[in-house]
Amino acid sequence: MKADRIVGLSAPRKEGRDKVTGRARYIDDISMPGMLYGATVRSRFPRGKIKKIAFGPSINWNDFVVVTAADIPGKNYIALIENDQPCLADGIVNHPEEPLLLLAHPDRHALSKAVEAVSVEYESLPPVFTIEESERQTEIIWGTDNTFKTFLIQKGDVDSVWDKADYIVEGEYTTGAQEQLYIETNGMIAAFDADLGVTVWGSLQCPYYVHKALMALFNLPETRIRVVQTETGGAFGGKEEYPSMIAAHAALLAMKARRPVKIIYDRAEDMVATTKRHPSRTRHRTAVRKDGKILGGEIDLTIDGGAYLTLSPVVLSRATIHAGGPYEWPAICVRAKAVATSAPPHGAFRGFGAPQSLFAMERHMERIARTVGVSSVEIRRINFLKQGETTITEQTIHEPIDLPSMLDRALEHSSYQLKRQRFSRENLSGATKKGIGIASFLHGAGFTGSGERYLSSVVGLEGTSEGRVRVLVSSTEFGQGTNTVLCQIASEALRLPYEDIEIAQPDTSGVPNSGPTVASRTAMVVGKLVASAARGLEQTLTASGMLEANYTPEQFRAACRKYVAAHGQFRSLAQYDPPANIFWDDKNYRGEAYAAFAWAVYVAEVTVDLATYSVSVDDFVALQEIGRVMNPVLARGQIIGGVAQGIGFALYEKVEWRNGRMQNGQMTNYIMPTSADVPVIRVFFEELGNTHGAYGAKGIGELPMDGPAPAIINAVEDALGIPMDSIPLLPEDIFDAMASAAKSANETPFPAGVR
Amino acid sequence: MTKTGCAARDISMTVNGEPKTVHAYPMERLLDVLRGPLGLTGTKEGCGEGECGACAVIMDGALVDSCLVPVLQAQGAEVVTIEGLGQDRGASALQEAFLEYGGAQCGICTPGMILAAVYLLRENPQPTLDDIRQGLAGNLCRCTGYVQIFEAVAAAARRGARR
Repeated sequence: MKADRIVGLSAPRKEGRDKVTGRARYIDDISMPGMLYGATVRSRFPRGKIKKIAFGPSINWNDFVVVTAADIPGKNYIALIENDQPCLADGIVNHPEEPLLLLAHPDRHALSKAVEAVSVEYESLPPVFTIEESERQTEIIWGTDNTFKTFLIQKGDVDSVWDKADYIVEGEYTTGAQEQLYIETNGMIAAFDADLGVTVWGSLQCPYYVHKALMALFNLPETRIRVVQTETGGAFGGKEEYPSMIAAHAALLAMKARRPVKIIYDRAEDMVATTKRHPSRTRHRTAVRKDGKILGGEIDLTIDGGAYLTLSPVVLSRATIHAGGPYEWPAICVRAKAVATSAPPHGAFRGFGAPQSLFAMERHMERIARTVGVSSVEIRRINFLKQGETTITEQTIHEPIDLPSMLDRALEHSSYQLKRQRFSRENLSGATKKGIGIASFLHGAGFTGSGERYLSSVVGLEGTSEGRVRVLVSSTEFGQGTNTVLCQIASEALRLPYEDIEIAQPDTSGVPNSGPTVASRTAMVVGKLVASAARGLEQTLTASGMLEANYTPEQFRAACRKYVAAHGQFRSLAQYDPPANIFWDDKNYRGEAYAAFAWAVYVAEVTVDLATYSVSVDDFVALQEIGRVMNPVLARGQIIGGVAQGIGFALYEKVEWRNGRMQNGQMTNYIMPTSADVPVIRVFFEELGNTHGAYGAKGIGELPMDGPAPAIINAVEDALGIPMDSIPLLPEDIFDAMASAAKSANETPFPAGVR
Repeated sequence: MTKTGCAARDISMTVNGEPKTVHAYPMERLLDVLRGPLGLTGTKEGCGEGECGACAVIMDGALVDSCLVPVLQAQGAEVVTIEGLGQDRGASALQEAFLEYGGAQCGICTPGMILAAVYLLRENPQPTLDDIRQGLAGNLCRCTGYVQIFEAVAAAARRGARR
């Protein structure tokens, strides 16, 4: 690779060779001498007081290590925002699959029978299973009102818009829970040493989240907790907060057993017990002028957080800020809340609330278009945000974003107009109906509001005794390309070959806290710090007189070796410095919500089969502006992968709930897209750059999760002429919708030509 | 996993061209024997029920999910795992194509996916896009959305790769 221009090229994935040869070591590939296996005994009831725990006579319990809440040396909670989630239930359970106690044994296969042999008597308490039940507050299951968090955004004078409106358009939209379904299930190994404290290795996104949780749980100082990320087989948010729980469990067992303990969830346990995307319900009421211009409106947004608060306030925050889409609202009022139910806590999943509120917004745009009588294209064009206008939090758009031309480009790539004409002709007869749908949207990069300021991330670069450069970050690789992109940035900043740069394994004993690997922040925020630390490294060498300003890679290597030989260690740290003139009012939810937004227009083409009521996605155009494409192969992979997850969110992935528990916790009956279900997703980029990100980077990882579901459902509406406002949209839902539409039109549900 | 019915016994097979004998219960999963006593952890477990294909290996020329194969069935068989393809700079053309085209992201489905592709290209050296789609439909990938995997397999086919 040429040294001077590596950002923007498809540098090979740093750990790619280990992955394609099977050499990469994931947590279940690692074993330790004397290691035991751990398992979790979980509640089988949604809510109740624990009266008695009995250990069945069929098991020789002396062979097992048993840990209960009483064994916790520190605080019995998983430290996060409110610390309301116990590590092990103590006296009361608040959801099915809540951890009660832990078992360890040398034989992995002996554990399942032992788990079965533990029986628990409960005095049951009334559970709450839906947003509506929770809102009624007949039964209070959390706090004083079942409400984890509320937000209110107010811009302009909403009360005055209704009189001026030619149309008032109302709609209600819902989205379901979605399982992250990383192919590597969760797992951890923990070891305990009286002097060294607790060490855990595992599959995780955020080493310092686990670190913080273990400090509280064990009442140990930070130096006696060590967290190491092993190769992680997919995460998508699903390994943001729950790994702290598993690490805690493995570590408690290891402390009691005085031997290393490995806990690997099987697929069923992973699916039923760990977090999912928050189910949501969004209500829109919008005042619209007769040409389609939105004058103002109200949005009521509610997400189901499950039994504990965990990350729900932050998910709700992102859902709230994205609720108005990429449109200019002269006046708006968004009322948002996260409520408690008796389900396992819902959590982080790629998009983090935005896919929910943007689904509602983009479906509602179609309803507005149909009510007013303008096209799906024009309704967006007339309402798009423009440079100089403000978002719903009154953040001024400074960048020269041109959404109408992005829309034109996406329509051209998808042959939108031609296809609409063709489909409207061809749909008059035949056993299939085709449709095409648009979604336009935005996604804020990095932590919301003051988040990055609070995180105050630190990044290190190290010159090694071999003259190489090592990136020191807690930012983790789980497929998205962290290792590669951060090494590209260091390579370009130092004008060194990409091969000269390596990245340290995330290990809290050896890397600074560069923040969690979430919120599409890594390339933009952490990347910028890598570039800044690189300048520090370079300056140290030039200031010491060991290196000329215009150095060659060989001269750098020599100077680096010399510096390490003279000083022992050669490190440069860089800390996040909040940009000036950024204003965010956390109380009123007003101001610069994000340092940058990525923008996108997606177009989906579908076929609905009128015999099976199934939908296939035949073509998909994904056009986005993401600042700078750091690595085209990786960037395209992020978009395509996100779109595929979006197809699943829209059409396949349904969690079947019964008494708060997922009933279809298997890959056999929870259906994600296979290679036969995805079209050739066509990806197009625009690049405007971004002054807040390394080499112009913005966030990319979550953006592609936001648009596919509304684009696809809009296409289904285009095909059938029936609005569908709830996802996942399964064949039985389409059957029902067609049957009731036919009933209200007094027709047979089976169209001519089918039977 | 049950160990009932039959005592542990010696079971011999050829793994990646080398003769191996393991002492195992007949109903143990081939997956566990490969990952445990044979130390071949490149074969992954994704679901344990034959849905995801992460544990795919080639046994006597057929693509199988090793989580569904009792090890007794592998007695006398030839088994190829990801470790049996090229390593390091000697990686096979398919492995190189996966690297080049972005066919591997998190990497956990990759060994099974590559073996499914090896099998596909042996059966059908010049597959169409539809052939590739169908050939890989038993291997789930949550990261890539598959398209770059299709491209990697198509590129390897163009280069005449059979493995």
